[in-house]
Amino acid sequence: MASLITCPHCGTRPKEEFSIRGTALGRPHPAVSEEDWHRYVYLRDNPKGRYQEYWHHAAGCRRWLVVDRDNVTHDVFGVTDAATFGRVGE
Amino acid sequence: MTSYRLGNAGSVNRGQPLTFTFDGKNYKGFEGDTLASGLLANDQMLMGRSFKYHRPRGPVTAGSSEPNALMTIGTGARSEPNVRATVAELYNGLTAVSQNRWPSLTFDVGAVNGLLSPMLGAGFYYKTFMWPAALWEKLYEPVIRRAAGLGKLAMQADPDRYEKSWAHCDLLVIGSGPTGLMAALAAGRAGARVILVDEGFRLGGSLLSESASIGGVSPADFAAAMIEELEALPNVTLMPRTTVFGWYDDMVFGAVERVQKHVGTPSPDLPMERLWRIAAKRAILATGSEERPLVFGGNDKPGVMTASAVRTYANRYGVAAGGKIAVFTNGGSGYRTAADLVAAGVDVTAIIDARAQSADAVPDNVRVIRNGAVVSTKGRKRLEALIAERSGFQEQIACDALAMAGGWSPIVHLMCQRGAKPVWSDEAQAFLAPDVGAAFIAAGSAAGQDRISACLKDGATKAVALARELGFAAYEMNIPEVEGEYDPAFAPIWYVPGARDKAFVDFQNDVAVSDLGLAQREGFRHIEHTKRYTTAGMATDQGKLGNVATIGIVAGMRGVSPAAIGTTTFRPFYTPVSFGALAGTSRSEHAAPVRTSPLHDWAKKNGATFVEAGLWHRSAWFPREGEKGWRDSVDREVKNVRRNAGLCDVSTLGKIEIFGKGAAEFLNRIYCNNFLKLPVGKARYGLMLREDGMIFDDGTTSRLSETHYVMTTTTAYAAEVMSHLEFASQTFWPELDVRFVSSTDQWAQMSLAGPKARAIISRVVEDDISDAAFPYLAAKPVTLRGGLKARLFRISFSGELAFELAVPAGYGEAVADALMEAGKDEGICAYGVEALNVLRIEKGFITHNEIDGRTTPDDLGYGRMLAMQKADFIGKRQSSRFGLTAADRMQLVGLKPVEVDKEFMAGAHLLKEGATPSMANDQGWVSSVCHSPTLGHVIGLAMLKSGRERYGEKIVVWDGLRGKEVAAAVCPPVFADPDNRKLQE
Repeated sequence: MASLITCPHCGTRPKEEFSIRGTALGRPHPAVSEEDWHRYVYLRDNPKGRYQEYWHHAAGCRRWLVVDRDNVTHDVFGVTDAATFGRVGE
Repeated sequence: MTSYRLGNAGSVNRGQPLTFTFDGKNYKGFEGDTLASGLLANDQMLMGRSFKYHRPRGPVTAGSSEPNALMTIGTGARSEPNVRATVAELYNGLTAVSQNRWPSLTFDVGAVNGLLSPMLGAGFYYKTFMWPAALWEKLYEPVIRRAAGLGKLAMQADPDRYEKSWAHCDLLVIGSGPTGLMAALAAGRAGARVILVDEGFRLGGSLLSESASIGGVSPADFAAAMIEELEALPNVTLMPRTTVFGWYDDMVFGAVERVQKHVGTPSPDLPMERLWRIAAKRAILATGSEERPLVFGGNDKPGVMTASAVRTYANRYGVAAGGKIAVFTNGGSGYRTAADLVAAGVDVTAIIDARAQSADAVPDNVRVIRNGAVVSTKGRKRLEALIAERSGFQEQIACDALAMAGGWSPIVHLMCQRGAKPVWSDEAQAFLAPDVGAAFIAAGSAAGQDRISACLKDGATKAVALARELGFAAYEMNIPEVEGEYDPAFAPIWYVPGARDKAFVDFQNDVAVSDLGLAQREGFRHIEHTKRYTTAGMATDQGKLGNVATIGIVAGMRGVSPAAIGTTTFRPFYTPVSFGALAGTSRSEHAAPVRTSPLHDWAKKNGATFVEAGLWHRSAWFPREGEKGWRDSVDREVKNVRRNAGLCDVSTLGKIEIFGKGAAEFLNRIYCNNFLKLPVGKARYGLMLREDGMIFDDGTTSRLSETHYVMTTTTAYAAEVMSHLEFASQTFWPELDVRFVSSTDQWAQMSLAGPKARAIISRVVEDDISDAAFPYLAAKPVTLRGGLKARLFRISFSGELAFELAVPAGYGEAVADALMEAGKDEGICAYGVEALNVLRIEKGFITHNEIDGRTTPDDLGYGRMLAMQKADFIGKRQSSRFGLTAADRMQLVGLKPVEVDKEFMAGAHLLKEGATPSMANDQGWVSSVCHSPTLGHVIGLAMLKSGRERYGEKIVVWDGLRGKEVAAAVCPPVFADPDNRKLQE
């Protein structure tokens, strides 16, 4: 895991300021099928390598962020505010 | 006692003598000595006993890789075991004692293990102590542990302080030898922020032990001049006595600084040690190289040392390792050591060179035995002679110290701690640092350079390149001329054949060549298996000295290159780090912050007993004169609340201010019940679900204006709820205009409950709070008499007429005092969380005992709150799944004992009458229990299968943990005022 995370609002901060929630996953529309909801609530991939996680800058700006990182090499490819994550070109 | 101190050699401060003790005996040393050099100067070569065989041992090194000279330093609570005497800085009054021996270091009964050594080879205890298995834990293991071991811990609390700190720099230079000093200066002169770290108490590294001349001055003087310039640079930080022990992600290095380890009377104003995290843009590994011991018969006698250690003791500390020193070498290091000793006036008896020929300069009048080998040594507590062999001819050579030079291994540990493995080089006959990218590079002898001149140049060149990369205008450095350098080249010899005694590869753990052979024969061939089977490379030195020889010998046994064997895994810490340093200030009462309510002092002066609830210290009950136990106080408080009135501190409940045009819609999606139409001036109880349909938290939320709400959460979930709201707002519905701020600490909040509550509070509040003007669930800003603005909520967690009054935190105590005064004639009392709990159980209100992550609103009797007609709320979709609506789910019920004098406790399980206790027969469990002073017996809340259909049923409360069974009747979960008449009064 990275030692330092560059928050888009606060700059480079130690990882102890953050808490991690898990895979960054969009909440389904309330009307989609029960199967989709089941997948959203209960099923998670456990990827080896690059993936996106929700991190909360709990001891900083208190924004939820999406950290794009590799859990093997520990490289961090980018940190974005969760409110704008996945909305580009939507 | 012979003095081995040499004339005026070395850089110890002869003007500053120090006294110290070892095993109760007094010794004298000088400022600048280590404990080991001080002992050697006093003819004290025997410094410890080995781990397994209790063999007498002396120091092998003069540095941090020392496996043998481990001692306990200090007394009482400050005694520290397993300190390496070779790095422990001497101070006046230092007290050291030897370890792992009984009754004394010179006569150790445990040495009998040595006689048994044929039976005690690798893995002996796995094979020997197998049967009966029961004896392993009771007998074998404790006995083995006592016989084999290191020092003992002080059993008192550590009296010293420790702290943690961050540091930031452009360039971190690890090691202050020739490479590190040049690197630091090159980057420092360019203006880069440089941190130069060295584990030694004096900067200069190997320069302090060298005998060449650099730029016309001695290496030690050259180092001193460099350090003087570095000290004058404001952008350079020098950190002696600091070990970089780990390299972590994002170029963060862990280091421990020994701030006061070398001080006889530590200052209470300074920490003993400081743990550093250093965030560096670039780093240079200038850790140098380690001289390898040779593996020959009897190589562990006290007096056998690496040649570089012998040189360091002579050149730096002015101490001769012996009176008559022999040298066993495979390269130039042995010859240079002999030359330095001769120059210092020490008798060198012979140089035994494993090679047939070499170009190394031989000091005058020193005999050289080429193509020779040492096959055995004589002496027990100190070396007396060695047996040298050449072509089958053996001769005994008298000596009291032996300098062994087995070649050099770059110290690459830090670079290998994040997964990269060191790379074997046939040319260097050593493992070299791996390529770990451009930000962290090895330089000097850590990078395989073997001469001082090459190290000076390498350090400068690499630092200039790194500084330029970071945008600094760095200039090439002038490299001073080095005169009298020697060629440290060597021809590796992993194992000296013909050994007549045990030949050790790992001194600390008594691992001999024969153990490595056994491991290969018995199938533990992978180097990681060999390590664990033989314990080679374990314990406090982690094989710094022996690992490369272990790999070389295993390679030799298998007839392959060391490259094919590879290394074991490198991990932090490079050298041992104390738990004190790792804990820092987080110990005892500082391990976690203490949160006290703004009404803490009010509770204290009213005699409260406090209870820890998470980080909070909450008032639990308020004992009075004559009450025999907590139950007396709680019963009185409960009765008084139901009869008169009581005041309770509820400031610890989470409070979140919610603002924005989208707040109403947001709350409507956060809570499972309706919130959209909550009127201004009203509070509403809400249930928050998780997305899986289970209850997450509960509490009231009040609307103070169209766009301003204040939410209360449970004490335990205040932080979680805040994060949850932020998560939902920021990731689910960023389009909703809503903002949050926690105001838990800003408000002192008190609950005034009981039939006389209104009479009392109306004496403090100016506003009309009659039932008509301020009905149940009213929530409004009010003005207190005297003008203070406050918030008043008509909410109840007791079932009584109740008000919660919130005032700015700083006014809490004064307002609580005023309420107590106003209620004096009405019989007001202070009550704590215990009475609060009894009151809520009597009323059937839920807490996290019931909201345990497995319960739905319907399970707890709040099914009607689920507003399924809403388009969306968190948890809606999963709430209708069949498993969450099944008829046999556990439901909240009340329990009363059939015989009123019988008691049961929370955590007990429920069984049908006559059923045997089993998972299959389990009917549910008891979640909350109290003695109800209102009813005069124990009552409980429980989760019971299809519970609401079973009111009136007799059930068994089975408490297997406490061995109790009590018959109880199932009843509705509300014991007091089921029609809520009191709330509406």
